[in-house]
Amino acid sequence: MADETSSSSSSGSSYVDVSVAYVDAPIEVIDYLVVFPVIGPLIMGALCLMLRRSQHLQPGLAGITLAAVFAGNVALAARVMADGPVFMAMSRWHPPFGISFNADALGVFLALSASLVALVCTIYSARSVDSDGRRYGFYPFLLFLTAGVSGAFLTGDIFNLYVWFEVLLISSFGLIILGNAHAQLDGAVKYAFLNLIATTLFLIAVGYTYGLFGTLNMADLTIQIAQTPDAPIGTISFLFVFAFAMKAAAFPLNFWLPASYHTPNIVSSALFAALLTKVGVYALIRVGGMLFAGSFVTFETVLVWVAASTAVLGAVGALGSSDIRKLLGFLVLSGIGAMFVGIAVSTPVGIAGAVLYAVHSIVVMAALYLAAGVIGRMTGSFQLHDVAGLYRASPLFAALFLILVFAVSGLPPFSGFWPKVLLVRATLEAGEGWLTFAYLLSSFIAMIAIGRVWLFAFWRDARKGGSSSGAVMALDEGERRAYISPILLLVIVVVGLGLVANPALELAGQTAVGIIDPTAYITAVSPVLP
Amino acid sequence: MNTLILRTFAPFLTTLMMLFSVFVLLRGHNEPGGGFIGGLIAASALAIYGISNGVPAVRRAMWAHPAHLAGSGLFLSGLSGLPPLFYDLPFMTGLWTTIIVLGVEVKLSNIVFFDIGVYLVVLATIGGIALTLEERED
Repeated sequence: MADETSSSSSSGSSYVDVSVAYVDAPIEVIDYLVVFPVIGPLIMGALCLMLRRSQHLQPGLAGITLAAVFAGNVALAARVMADGPVFMAMSRWHPPFGISFNADALGVFLALSASLVALVCTIYSARSVDSDGRRYGFYPFLLFLTAGVSGAFLTGDIFNLYVWFEVLLISSFGLIILGNAHAQLDGAVKYAFLNLIATTLFLIAVGYTYGLFGTLNMADLTIQIAQTPDAPIGTISFLFVFAFAMKAAAFPLNFWLPASYHTPNIVSSALFAALLTKVGVYALIRVGGMLFAGSFVTFETVLVWVAASTAVLGAVGALGSSDIRKLLGFLVLSGIGAMFVGIAVSTPVGIAGAVLYAVHSIVVMAALYLAAGVIGRMTGSFQLHDVAGLYRASPLFAALFLILVFAVSGLPPFSGFWPKVLLVRATLEAGEGWLTFAYLLSSFIAMIAIGRVWLFAFWRDARKGGSSSGAVMALDEGERRAYISPILLLVIVVVGLGLVANPALELAGQTAVGIIDPTAYITAVSPVLP
Repeated sequence: MNTLILRTFAPFLTTLMMLFSVFVLLRGHNEPGGGFIGGLIAASALAIYGISNGVPAVRRAMWAHPAHLAGSGLFLSGLSGLPPLFYDLPFMTGLWTTIIVLGVEVKLSNIVFFDIGVYLVVLATIGGIALTLEERED
């Protein structure tokens, strides 16, 4: 093939044989599943934008789209589990020159969880987002956000990863200022500014990478970096780590998260808490764990400290907040610390623990934010000292919230337990006993913090404490269906992940193997690499 | 802006720039040009018309809200990537066909529709931002 190219160019004829630049491998229709989670929401989001006047159609359209994306992701995950990574070269252009999508176990696992949460948030939003929010484009932004998040998880090209970062960032700007309240603008400025710095650093790092290796395809990069031991990859990987840690809101780059996550409407908060930081964690696992695996060891000490301090300070922050939404924001932070614990250890068990924790956190944090929305609706306040007496008003809701409390504190038999086991095992095996201690301490403090919410909001009698009026508005039948059933759906997943842990554990184990030894990821592309 | 010269020339200039933007859009496949740059030229045409004759006149002339235009552009671009699905080719692969319109051979492909979509998105977003900024000035 190489001979053909050189002869055709040396002969000086203007004719260029473009067929050598094409991937000839045939594509099955089922391979389109790898682009569907991106292109489906993108097209339907555009349609929602065109149907700005027909607001009543938008929730249905978004719901159907995201249900289809979820179903597609289930099929894609089954395919990846059975046959290994699924690869598609856009426009047939040869990688590393063209952009390719490459879905492996890690990407698919996270994309699946993300699409589930996006779907549930859409169901919840059907009633909670008012016509003002819809007019300003809640549903288009929601769909574009899903497209961006899915694209980030599934792309096989590091510059394309940057593009999806921008897509989800811009849609999240739209969601965070929806409604235009003063506090929202304040939060949005901090959020936007710090996230733009992070993406700029990311872009600079991508530029350096291209300058050094001449390729941006992740599979190709993995090979090139391993073959170039004397390249100055320390600088580049530091830039990547810095940018992604900022995206993931790891201490000390976390200040934008508690400052902004409580300001938008509760569905947007739930989406942000579930998805945005996890994209940073994903990118760190992908780029740090797979691409720059060699030089990554240099940062282990730093990452260990970052992990421990994020976990503990997040939990302490949660203990110190009185606004429930802010408290949940700090719990997101604490969870990021836990994921960093796994990444810092970077053994197969550690990575598996981090990935499983990410999936658990996606589901549980979304559910907790949606539940906080219900608390706010029933009591008219998000302040811990105002809310009371919810157990009497709705025992079912109290039970669901209690399950979420147990899950987020990592108690068995719920979804938080298994990642905790994996992380504790990984840290002990790595001989980092104090990291184990810091992590367990953080989840203990987090348990107290979130347990406090349950005690105050649910267990406390409305007459003895709480708001001066003491009135708790019970939800009517329609509201219960619209608000409690999405939460119930997520709680079922939380319980399912805890009780029937084997499939998830197996999938997480597979992702870790795929990151530590990316042969399968590379061979999905390498038949077409030059 | 209230100068006679600009107000007299703006309609001609706008028309000329609009035509040129379509020309740039269509020549874009093999020569410099394309949807993005064409959209930018069209958006600046709108901006000039807005400066000279006021934003309401532009909004009336556009007959669609910029958000609708941008949405339809994105919709078109997204859809244009899908036809290869039916030929067992990857997403966004270019497919070409030749049709005869009034005795002239026209080479048609899904890439053209992708570019037209990009053109609409750029025209609508940049134009919409420009118009909003000009509105504030009044």
